[in-house]
Amino acid sequence: MSIEVRGVTKRFGNFTALDDVSVEVPSGSLVALLGPSGSGKTTLLRAIAGLETPDAGTIYFHDEDATDRPVRHRNVGFVFQHYALFRHMTIFDNIAFGLQVRKRPKEEIRERVHELLRLIQLEGVENRYPAQLSGGQRQRVALARALAARPKVLLLDEPFGALDAKVRKELRQWIRRLHDEIHVTSLFVTHDQEEALELADRVVLMHDGKVEQVGTPDEVYNRPATPFVMNFLGSVNIFHGRVRGDRLSLAAGLEADAPAHVSGEDRGVVAFVRPHDIDVDLSQKNGSSACARVKWIHPIGAVVKMELELLDDKKDIEVELTRERHETLRLSVGEIVYVTPKGLKVFVGTYSI
Amino acid sequence: MPISSTAPPIVRYVLIGVALIFLGLFLVVPLAAVFVEAFKKGVGAYIAAFRESDALSAIRLTLLIAAVAVPLNLVFGVAAAWAIAKFEFVGKNVLITLIDLPFSVSPVVSGLIYVLLFGLQGWLGPWLAGHDLRIIFAVPGIVLATIFVTFPFVARELIPLMQAQGTEEEQAALVLGASGWQTFRRITLPNVKWGLFYGVVLCNARAMGEFGAVSVVSGHIRGMTNTIPLHVEILYNEYHSVAAFAMASLLACLALVTLAVKSALEWRIRREQQKTAQSVEGIGT
Repeated sequence: MSIEVRGVTKRFGNFTALDDVSVEVPSGSLVALLGPSGSGKTTLLRAIAGLETPDAGTIYFHDEDATDRPVRHRNVGFVFQHYALFRHMTIFDNIAFGLQVRKRPKEEIRERVHELLRLIQLEGVENRYPAQLSGGQRQRVALARALAARPKVLLLDEPFGALDAKVRKELRQWIRRLHDEIHVTSLFVTHDQEEALELADRVVLMHDGKVEQVGTPDEVYNRPATPFVMNFLGSVNIFHGRVRGDRLSLAAGLEADAPAHVSGEDRGVVAFVRPHDIDVDLSQKNGSSACARVKWIHPIGAVVKMELELLDDKKDIEVELTRERHETLRLSVGEIVYVTPKGLKVFVGTYSI
Repeated sequence: MPISSTAPPIVRYVLIGVALIFLGLFLVVPLAAVFVEAFKKGVGAYIAAFRESDALSAIRLTLLIAAVAVPLNLVFGVAAAWAIAKFEFVGKNVLITLIDLPFSVSPVVSGLIYVLLFGLQGWLGPWLAGHDLRIIFAVPGIVLATIFVTFPFVARELIPLMQAQGTEEEQAALVLGASGWQTFRRITLPNVKWGLFYGVVLCNARAMGEFGAVSVVSGHIRGMTNTIPLHVEILYNEYHSVAAFAMASLLACLALVTLAVKSALEWRIRREQQKTAQSVEGIGT
């Protein structure tokens, strides 16, 4: 079942949590709502579930207006950030709850619960209480409970937020496999860009109650629509500069061809470049590189991270080199190098973090 | 390292001794005195004290009042605690303050309020008299005064508990398709059952033992409007000391039962917590 949110606004007192938000979630897809805290992503998820009433706008479930439908009749599965398992019930009763309140036959409930326990790979825990399970196990039980009544839509609020890094990673891959198996339209909230990009078919980037960009992980990462998206999806270096005609001149004496969408009359621009999009050389290659001093090197992991100080304006930039490149260059702290940014993302106007 | 193990033993013994002496003087001795006085003239005299028709009527009336006041305050307390803990609404703080009012007002004043409202010279007095309805110096007045005085017990017990538990489980139940009533019965109520039970026990103890407010509205009519505490006073004033203490021993027993229930509950809750907090071994993630 597809979900469509059209022009939804939600205020809490003076705070506008959602400001005229429109989002489409195609049937069977796995979509991430990504943004910093306070961006309105959880409010949007809760509005879709019916746990918040929008002040304006419409929510469609499969082209039907569901804005005023009560929570209990929406037939959505909702996984809460802190699981919200029923502490006084066994795991069996927790998972069975949605079926019991629908007055399904006992035999059917028993079969369905055991089927779900197999699915979440937790057979044998049905007589335990939530407090006797680990965080990752509780999260899976919460998921099974949400899926028990075969919802048309699965909504997950920061599903991995309260778990430690290793469990989070395992559970993430497991959810992706699960989604490929059962194909329920799923929408999950996260503030972790890596999680969103790795897991989702489409990413909805939110900021200050508005949608900044919607697209596939590849689109939002490689073709960010706004400076916010560029900055939020991974680390960036920022250069301020000007465009004159089709030439772009940046701080630290860097020069480049201006991209078509900003070329023209004389105006201020801001350019972003990712740490791995900066070339480092020991000698001046051409006119468009800047001189920098190596401040520190962090050689752990698949890429070598280093911080360089531009000699021209004393600004620090972050650079990532492949291990091979690092071994060819054999850089040490204090050395003078030449940096050339490639793949600059240029936006008109000023922007500060 | 806990402080107790660093303090010299003498400090510990002195502190424990002071506490025990205080407890003995102000709690154990009076309690024992009640039973000693009650059995002063033997078991026969003790039992005879309950054979008297006025005594039986006082016991019946006390039970009746508790049977009316406790369920009403149970319903009110649960409703108020639910509203306060799970919803946001205008006037919430006023409601919380009002619930505490009976604790802060002297019981005699609470009784007087009802006399002023329903007494012959009161606001509604003439109208009630015209319709041949008796509230003051009759059972309805005693019930009203008792409800007022025992009003906060259940609500006060539940509000902090429900607030601490939050609303996430209720929301989860709603999303899973439960109705409001199903959510209340299957999620909210089981989560507060021990607190609720304890609130009811306290409420009941106070309803049966209330003296001040009931004394003002009852009129002390023997065999009609005397509750156990009022009957104890009358007997004592008439120098029937064995009968007075025999009746008093009933209330003392109620207090002991209440204490026992409270300790049993606390022990049970602690054990449940220990059980659920046990380590998470066994199944890998």
